[in-house]
Amino acid sequence: MTFSDFTTLLPETVLVVWASVLLLLDAFILKARKGWTALLAAAGLAVALGFALAQGSGLGSAFGGMVVSDGFATFMEALAAASGVVGILLAYDYLKRLEIARGEYYILLLFSVAGAMLMAKAADLMVMFLALELLSIPLYVLSAFARKREDGEEAALKYFLLGAFAAAFLVYGIAMTYGATGSTTIAAIAAAVSAGSANMLLLALGGGLLLVGLGFKIAAVPFHMWTPDVYQGAPSSVTGFMAVSAKVGGMAALLRVLVLAFPQLGGQLTPIVWAIALLTMLVGNLAALAQKNIKRMLAYSSIAHVGYMLVAVVAFADAKLAPAAVAAVLFYLLAYAVTNFGAWAVVIALERAEGKGLEIADYAGLGRRHPWLALAMTVFMLSFGGFPPTVGFVGKFYLFRVAVEGGFIGLAVVGVLASVVSVYYYMRVVTTMYMKEGEPEARGDGWLNLSVGAAAIVTVVLGVVVAPAFQWALQAVLRL
Amino acid sequence: MVPTNYLIILSAVLFLIGVAGVLVRRNVLVVYMSIELMLNAANLAFAAFASAFGALDGQIAVFFVMTVAAAEVAVGLAILVTIFRTRQSVDVDSLHQLKG
Repeated sequence: MTFSDFTTLLPETVLVVWASVLLLLDAFILKARKGWTALLAAAGLAVALGFALAQGSGLGSAFGGMVVSDGFATFMEALAAASGVVGILLAYDYLKRLEIARGEYYILLLFSVAGAMLMAKAADLMVMFLALELLSIPLYVLSAFARKREDGEEAALKYFLLGAFAAAFLVYGIAMTYGATGSTTIAAIAAAVSAGSANMLLLALGGGLLLVGLGFKIAAVPFHMWTPDVYQGAPSSVTGFMAVSAKVGGMAALLRVLVLAFPQLGGQLTPIVWAIALLTMLVGNLAALAQKNIKRMLAYSSIAHVGYMLVAVVAFADAKLAPAAVAAVLFYLLAYAVTNFGAWAVVIALERAEGKGLEIADYAGLGRRHPWLALAMTVFMLSFGGFPPTVGFVGKFYLFRVAVEGGFIGLAVVGVLASVVSVYYYMRVVTTMYMKEGEPEARGDGWLNLSVGAAAIVTVVLGVVVAPAFQWALQAVLRL
Repeated sequence: MVPTNYLIILSAVLFLIGVAGVLVRRNVLVVYMSIELMLNAANLAFAAFASAFGALDGQIAVFFVMTVAAAEVAVGLAILVTIFRTRQSVDVDSLHQLKG
């Protein structure tokens, strides 16, 4: 263990230490002044983000190859830290409105972000499991944060039970992989597989179980049943954060494991990933059509977006195409994160006490009452639906291009058709806002408006000026 | 010495019992016990492989899994207690408020 081991983990260390210190400091902050905790937590995230970006394309591996810092990890870490900052912006006023303004919220959020960041760096399956739990356990607590509200408690319990169930699959998958190759480190697994010393039956079993465990985390069909209930029941600020951070962490782990550890299992795993991608796109979009509650609709839409990302993941076993697939998924995660935060910020602005204002019908008349909010929501819906000139269009273009180049033309066609279906339910929100009469009330909180405005601008700017962000994603190559 | 195969088969059986328990049982506590059984099946597999390889890392993995399971149960039982306070029941079927 050397000093450079610790510098490799500096962003995560900063976050965990700062969260622990903040837990202590928070006890001295008056109940009415929990804004200070939020501010200090955001400052910690900013420092961690700075350290993550400073690592650039990386210092290499540390702790005997258990964590690795590469361009891929930097990209994911930056995304996770930024999503933490936005998560705080969304929560500040919302928590006061729900009368649950407690400091622990921000501290739990810091721990969760640290888990997501560590997941991007994990080069050992055990570290990946620990990071996944560090990401998930604070999220279980956050889902239950509005306790005494029955739907929040129900969401938390469902999330907890299915999350723990998924983690058990993951651990058993790790155990099988360990049995097949004699190691849990990704580099050693890859080496054992290419040397032919691995037990292929156990390895395929392990790969499949890992896929199940991570599939639960990123909410891929058929492991998605918890998503609509949890997204609807949890406080909206938690949902907005979790919809990004859990997917960033889960997708990071999925990509690293599939591309680096299991490329030799392409024959067995590619058809499975193919089927999961297909089902995820279809089920997510078709179920979203029927939703009346906006939180539930966005939950199914997030499932559909995972499906689009998996379309590119299908090409993982193709050594030539894998870097392009990884870059496309990274770029789409960025696009999804920006759009998703914007949409959830609008949902939070319109939510009223006791969970009112969450039906799509409640958005009637928004175009006249709050034209800017309605315009921003229109931008987010267009981006989700994949219209130019928004970032959602560019992201989908890259994903489907990878699929076509990899010879999965059928899957790409289904993806395009599924996007066409999705336009129906996204546009329903827009037409409700502009064509129907109503008197919606929106909360005019400064931080929330800032998030909405910034997300709308970034959604359009990234859709027009694509090159810098995509170049960054292209450089974010995985290394052993 | 017990052959590794037997231990792995036993762990697979335990894991499947756990999966069945999660899917079939309706009491949240029993569901969580079944999840613990799945985790411990994985622990058994880790320990069995570690002794077959004569290596230590599998045994260390067991410690990590046990620690995480303890952290999880702390959060899970806290959620369960809040639910019991509002609903006076820990039955999975009583959780049906969210649907659509």
